Amino acid sequence: MVSSRDVPAIRNGVERTVLDAGDIARALIRISHEILERNKGAHNLVVLGVPTRGVPLARRVATRLAMIEQVPVPVGAIDTTMYRDDLRLRPARALEHTEIPEGGIDAKTVVLVDDVLFSGRTIRAALDALNDLGRPGAVRLAALVDRGHRQLPIRADFVGKNLPTALNEQVRVLVEEYDGRDAVVLTAPAQPTTGGRDW
Amino acid sequence: MKKHLLSTGDLSRDDALLILDTATEMRAIADRPIKKSPALRGRTIVNLFFEDSTRTRISFEAAGKRLSADVINFAAKGSSLSKGESLKDTALTLEAMGADAVVIRHGASGAPHRLATSGWIHSSVVNAGDGTHEHPTQALLDAFTMRRHLGDLEGCRVAVVGDVLHSRVARSNALLLATLGADVTLVAPPTLLPVGIESWPVATSYDLDATLPKSDVVMMLRVQGERMQDAFFPTRREYSRRYGLDARRLATMPQHALVMHPGPMVRGMEISADVADSARSVIVEQVTNGVAVRMAVLYLLLGGFTGPGRTDPAALEVPA
Repeated sequence: MVSSRDVPAIRNGVERTVLDAGDIARALIRISHEILERNKGAHNLVVLGVPTRGVPLARRVATRLAMIEQVPVPVGAIDTTMYRDDLRLRPARALEHTEIPEGGIDAKTVVLVDDVLFSGRTIRAALDALNDLGRPGAVRLAALVDRGHRQLPIRADFVGKNLPTALNEQVRVLVEEYDGRDAVVLTAPAQPTTGGRDW
Repeated sequence: MKKHLLSTGDLSRDDALLILDTATEMRAIADRPIKKSPALRGRTIVNLFFEDSTRTRISFEAAGKRLSADVINFAAKGSSLSKGESLKDTALTLEAMGADAVVIRHGASGAPHRLATSGWIHSSVVNAGDGTHEHPTQALLDAFTMRRHLGDLEGCRVAVVGDVLHSRVARSNALLLATLGADVTLVAPPTLLPVGIESWPVATSYDLDATLPKSDVVMMLRVQGERMQDAFFPTRREYSRRYGLDARRLATMPQHALVMHPGPMVRGMEISADVADSARSVIVEQVTNGVAVRMAVLYLLLGGFTGPGRTDPAALEVPA
């Protein structure tokens, strides 16, 4: 069974690296500072990654937060599979690991971390999943890449890079932990589309 | 995953590991403030029990409810079955009610297979124990419990002791554990080993004392008196002496060894009370794990697309 978030690569497409390892590291450092600025410190923060690529990103953000403020920042993962609105459209999917740090999420400020913000449906599912795990004081959203094309009224509080894309393009975030290198890759289909682009 | 779960022999190694890994996540739901997931919202599961059962029926009911499915319990006693209705007519009734899955326990070996392949119903069929044939979810929860304590089961030595002849648990476990790479030894008096045992992927022994010191897990089986029409051993006392697990025998096992029993157990017969209650016994934990494993099975069978063509997942891939 294929994980819902493993998008098959477009065949024969033109690949372009949008962010390299250095860009990603700098974006995550900036996001970390913005989180602390908004939260006025690391008090009450819980960082939760959305599997799969969001989890290592969340760990890096939490490590950075802890380094800046010199206090430990709880980090975990929240699987959205069973809360997805397209669950019934495909064969049953394997579940990803949900890990809620000790201390839970009640009354905490939860920062969700995802790799790519696209339709917003995954985040909707994550919000529902959070609801079953407790009642956070506030929920914020950090995304490494915001590629637009939202289908729900959801926006990110912290964005690594706003990347205007066409619907038929594909944005993939590669992380050291799973892919052996850090990069954000934009793939356009080989055949140029006749339809107008969004920008 | 296939559409039905009828036998552990149908599970590939990947299928089995997928179920066990999914069960690990499902088990965590039990520790949460809201012990529920919406995964099977709007699905209907019918528990069709032709034989008495406490833990299996309750376990399937809890599993279905934790996944937000509508669970209908259907016991043969007090239903039209006691008026002489056939399995086919019962199945047609369930189909007309729109059941998405039927969990069936039946005294006749092969009844779930008949239900799944007859074309009477379109729902998934889960075998919850058929005669002396199979009980796949019990084997899965046993494997899940072993994995939690012992890690990977590759090379793990498991002794299954007692009434193998009448045990559906023994057959399901032998097939599943072989798939997972464990070494299974069935220990029983010659009269309680089934004909054709040489074709099973297991070793056999008549000597419990020789097997225990080289086993990581010992699984005791109940002597199923209700299925016995002949005398299979001289006296209960002699059986207990030769094939019962007591503290003396437990002491000959490795320190990390687990004691398991699918239940219901008869204390003083196949297992002594002090062993059943000892720290090495995971019998109560098996029940807890049963709910998680059944949640995993129901989720994997019913959680995704269940319409026509479900056997070809590639055809259903929609662009992300």
